[in-house]
Amino acid sequence: MQPTRYEAPETLGDAIRLLQADPDARALAGGTDLLVQYRTRARRPVSFIDLKRIPELVGIAIDQQELRLGAATAAAIIYEDPEVKPLWPGLVEAAHLLGSTQIQGRGTIGGNLCNGSPAADTTCPLIVNRARAFIVGPEDERIINVENVSVSPGRTVLGRGDVLVALLVPVPEPRTADAYLRLIPRTEMDIAVAGAAVSVTLDEHGVCAAARVAIAAVAPTALLVPEAAQALIGSRLDEEALRRAGAAASAAARPIDDKRGTAVYRTTVVGVLTRRAALIAGARATSLE
Amino acid sequence: MTTLHVQTTINREPAEFLCEPVETLLDALRDRLNLTGTKEGCATGDCGACSVLFNGRLVPSCLVLAAEVHGQEVLTVEGAAHGDTLHPVQQKLLEHAALQCGICTPGFVVAAKALLDHNPNPTEEEARYWLAGNLCRCTGYDKIIRAVLDAAESMRSDTREVTV
Repeated sequence: MQPTRYEAPETLGDAIRLLQADPDARALAGGTDLLVQYRTRARRPVSFIDLKRIPELVGIAIDQQELRLGAATAAAIIYEDPEVKPLWPGLVEAAHLLGSTQIQGRGTIGGNLCNGSPAADTTCPLIVNRARAFIVGPEDERIINVENVSVSPGRTVLGRGDVLVALLVPVPEPRTADAYLRLIPRTEMDIAVAGAAVSVTLDEHGVCAAARVAIAAVAPTALLVPEAAQALIGSRLDEEALRRAGAAASAAARPIDDKRGTAVYRTTVVGVLTRRAALIAGARATSLE
Repeated sequence: MTTLHVQTTINREPAEFLCEPVETLLDALRDRLNLTGTKEGCATGDCGACSVLFNGRLVPSCLVLAAEVHGQEVLTVEGAAHGDTLHPVQQKLLEHAALQCGICTPGFVVAAKALLDHNPNPTEEEARYWLAGNLCRCTGYDKIIRAVLDAAESMRSDTREVTV
């Protein structure tokens, strides 16, 4: 067994080689999940491969087509960005909900996704915004939809040596807006009992032309719910459409009972959050006209 | 276990220390550099007692590896005052008697300084949300919030005097 190591590679190639060479190597981004897990669990020797000195993994770039979020970009950097907020208010909302100010200064968008928690606040907003994950590994590179990154709690499709480099988010169509809501039993600093992100695109008459709905903390992974989106499309986000979208979200939920809430409660709440998030997204899209 | 040599800047001065690969910045500050102002509360990023500024950004030092600060800049509570002049947040915490046991205070000083660096005129709600990750089991927070808002006001009037 190797002794515990800390490495801070400055190139992506070096990071991949280090991660591939050592089965105990762990990619370190913000550390807000990883270091807590290390401390509270076995403390068995690991190699921490710090990804934050690799230029491609840090920072925000935006052009006419796409937002590129380096995977090791901290939540606070994202919500402070003046260009991100007007186009992705729901994603910014989620980044602002993540832990405390201290955690937001440290926890990263890629880490939130790769930690694989179904309750991750930033994952559902990424999903409804059609974000894709750019992954580079020892053999190849690939781009997959964010909803396909996590496979079960704490597990992702990333293999040994794979690095999530960036999240690629297409610039939204005109009259498109997103929203994210989560329920926690207090006003700050907790993990979602349930969460819902909605993106809607309105046509020039105010009719919903496209929608995406994703729900958090009610299944082993964040879920994209096409049935809920379908309930919104073609409507003016009237009460009946919102009711059907909420019911579809509740129907898709398959939560567990745990200390944060019962399965029954989560199933009900995720429907309410979906309805309310759709209303907020709709109002935002209307205000863009 | 490998020992790492870290060269960094702490409280505007060059600093260096040896540490283990998994050692936290919190432990290195306290045990290697004798900067014991930074406190350990929970050691899992929940309480804010170990808050420091890392390249100007508020972070929990219990969730930063000491090796990560190589070549970077750290500011701890010891660097908040300038010589014998307390930072306005420290001065106002004293004037408002906004502490009892004091364990959370260094974290509040650093977090409040970060708030006022970032937003010189926070509303009470903004201050409460910004400081939500700093736990205090003595004061009930009210005096702390009043002290921070008072510090903000005094810093704004100081700035006005300078610019006029």
